[in-house]
Amino acid sequence: MALPLVYNIESVRTRWRTTIVAVLGIAGSVGVFIAMLALAFGFKAALVSSGSKDNAMIRRAGATSEMDSVVTLEDVRALEDAQEVARGSSGPLVSPEMVVVANLPLKATGTDANVQVRGVSPRALEVHRGVKLIEGEFFKPSMFQLVVGKYAVKTYAGMGLGRTLRFGGSDWTIVGVMDTGGSAFDSEIWCDSNLLAPVYQRPLNIFQSATVRLTSESALGPLQDRAKGDPRLQVQVERETAYYEKASSMLTNLILGLGTLVATIMGVGAVFAALNTMYAAVAERSREIATIRALGFSETAVIVAFLFEALLIAAAGGVIGCIGALPLNGITTGTMNFQTFSHMSFAFRVTPGLLGFGMIFALLMGVLGGLPPAWRASRLPITVALRDL
Amino acid sequence: MKYLPLLLANLTRRKVRTILTVGSFAVALFLFGLLYTIRASFNQGIEAAGADRLVVINKVSLIQPLPLAYRDRIQRTPGIKEVTYANWFGGVYQDEKNFFAQFAVDHSTWRAMYPEFLLSEKEWSDFSASRTACIAGEFTAKRFGWKVGDRIPVRGVIYPGAWEFDLVGIYKGARPQDDTSQFWFRWDYLQENGPPWTKGYVGWYVARMNAGEDMAALASKLDESFANSTWETRTQSEQFFMASFVKQMGNIEFLMVTIGSVVFFTLLLVTGNSMAMSVRERTGELAVLKAVGFTDTFVLGLVMTESLLIAVVGGGLGILAAKAFTVFGGDPTGGLLPVFYLSMVGIVSGLVATVLVGVAAGLLPALSARRLQVVQAFRRL
Repeated sequence: MALPLVYNIESVRTRWRTTIVAVLGIAGSVGVFIAMLALAFGFKAALVSSGSKDNAMIRRAGATSEMDSVVTLEDVRALEDAQEVARGSSGPLVSPEMVVVANLPLKATGTDANVQVRGVSPRALEVHRGVKLIEGEFFKPSMFQLVVGKYAVKTYAGMGLGRTLRFGGSDWTIVGVMDTGGSAFDSEIWCDSNLLAPVYQRPLNIFQSATVRLTSESALGPLQDRAKGDPRLQVQVERETAYYEKASSMLTNLILGLGTLVATIMGVGAVFAALNTMYAAVAERSREIATIRALGFSETAVIVAFLFEALLIAAAGGVIGCIGALPLNGITTGTMNFQTFSHMSFAFRVTPGLLGFGMIFALLMGVLGGLPPAWRASRLPITVALRDL
Repeated sequence: MKYLPLLLANLTRRKVRTILTVGSFAVALFLFGLLYTIRASFNQGIEAAGADRLVVINKVSLIQPLPLAYRDRIQRTPGIKEVTYANWFGGVYQDEKNFFAQFAVDHSTWRAMYPEFLLSEKEWSDFSASRTACIAGEFTAKRFGWKVGDRIPVRGVIYPGAWEFDLVGIYKGARPQDDTSQFWFRWDYLQENGPPWTKGYVGWYVARMNAGEDMAALASKLDESFANSTWETRTQSEQFFMASFVKQMGNIEFLMVTIGSVVFFTLLLVTGNSMAMSVRERTGELAVLKAVGFTDTFVLGLVMTESLLIAVVGGGLGILAAKAFTVFGGDPTGGLLPVFYLSMVGIVSGLVATVLVGVAAGLLPALSARRLQVVQAFRRL
């Protein structure tokens, strides 16, 4: 027969001082664990959401990122009439893009950041459908005008609708602010590629990448085959989401690696605290336990009861940790993605899955911290313990 | 000292509890050491930066080159002692995951600019003798198992093609914070084999100023002399230049301090709690000590010493383990944090924090032990 649960709940309440220590230890580990994962996944999600499944990105074969790729207008021409490429009102939906970085100071620290600048044509809006203008308008071709992302406005000094930005020997007016739903584009500055090229001393009609809107998701394979079969082309064609996923891998792995390491070590510390609490609970109640056993409850019932008590403490810690980490959701922070050599803002993402993960982590600590004391409780020699009375 | 047996007897009366509390300290200090090391490895560039070095980059951005002709103009600027230059190569060794910094450097001036990178006379002369020569840092050479004499194939990305270099030397850092993950080859080799648009351009200049010069004034003088040209410059101290990279990485300092505080606060609770438990259990014994004539202060000292002993033993073990982890385990991210080193300052600050937590945790239980009234304590027995 099992012991009534209320026995353990009462016991936790009676020894609330020692219980709190264990609860807070577990809460701290869970909080840090969730925060680090929310950071890593937020970063990855921001990059991946920049791409879309039915877009393909064309880069030079062997290029590691957009930055070190070169795509010529001839390359674009060779592919834009393919039947896999969707068409809009003004022709094939292909956006050749020039991608560079500009030195602009961070608002927070005053130190320079590598801001990603993307030279595009107005057609880019038809290809990147997630881009919405929330203020002002899109730049006019052949005008020194800029459209900046919503995070760029917040992060870099001197940004804002109507303001003038000086870089590369020209004055640019900010005419629009775009919102792309928290993707990497929100940290970018967009302008006319035909004006950007001379500023960066580059010939016209040389781009870093071309993004193609496909007729359907499944059109990628045939387009890849076509590119491979064309002897004029030295390009790689990838799904846009796959490119961004790859571009996020290094930093995501770094944060995940360090975060897991730190959370694990904290977890070991929390298990120590839980063990301490539970051993103390067992020691203080040796007579009680002996009495229960003398009444006829089995060893298993005692183990189950004490394990339940540990899990109760762990669950409380887990919930507090989750609640503590929850306000992080949506907070934006910035980092340098060394794969694209540019600074990027993104939001922490605390998802239900992460919270579930945090609870599992908490319960795991509860089992590790509760099982040895529970085992000892069940093994208490009844006669010796009762003789203490 | 003569009370040592009493102290030890108290500590061993609940062995499991003592071990767990010492263990908590060890875990916390291990984590402290690790966080300190991670923070330092992000800040490594700033800490290793030369105080008298300036970095000259294109004003538009670091990815834009500067003409080679600027070398002589920088060199001639009064206040400048010497100048060198380099290009970022950004090639791929075997796989994109195997990232390390590759620079095409001017072999005749690089050595004088960076005396913190140690190489033998023979290695330097071999580097000057062969155009295909390259030098790798100790960290990178160890990571890929390279030996002097190896031929290293690198796939060019910015400079397309299959490049091959002969490893003639492996450099060490003079100080532990020096980055030994770099890979250098000769700039003239890059010029010969790179695409035509790279000819006559360098990535950036590094200049050393004469002792006693005003760095900010010198930097603006350099920038003014190139103003209104096609290739305007931005000159910064090496320290500031490095800091702009670190600041872009985000607020790592804040992250580390937050985690560290959570850990130490929890630790305070754990230790305070177990000391309180042990004082409560020993109420009778403490009363006996007082009854036979030991003073209140002695009892206070006894409990405090116990708390401190637990803290110092646990903390010491933890920080030693962290040191051992950085020495034998090394960078846990597989090559992204090349400088992974726990400094003496880190060890000492960890130990200081330990002692503080030990004192703070022992204080309340020790005070209650001091206040303990003999008569009342005996009445409970």
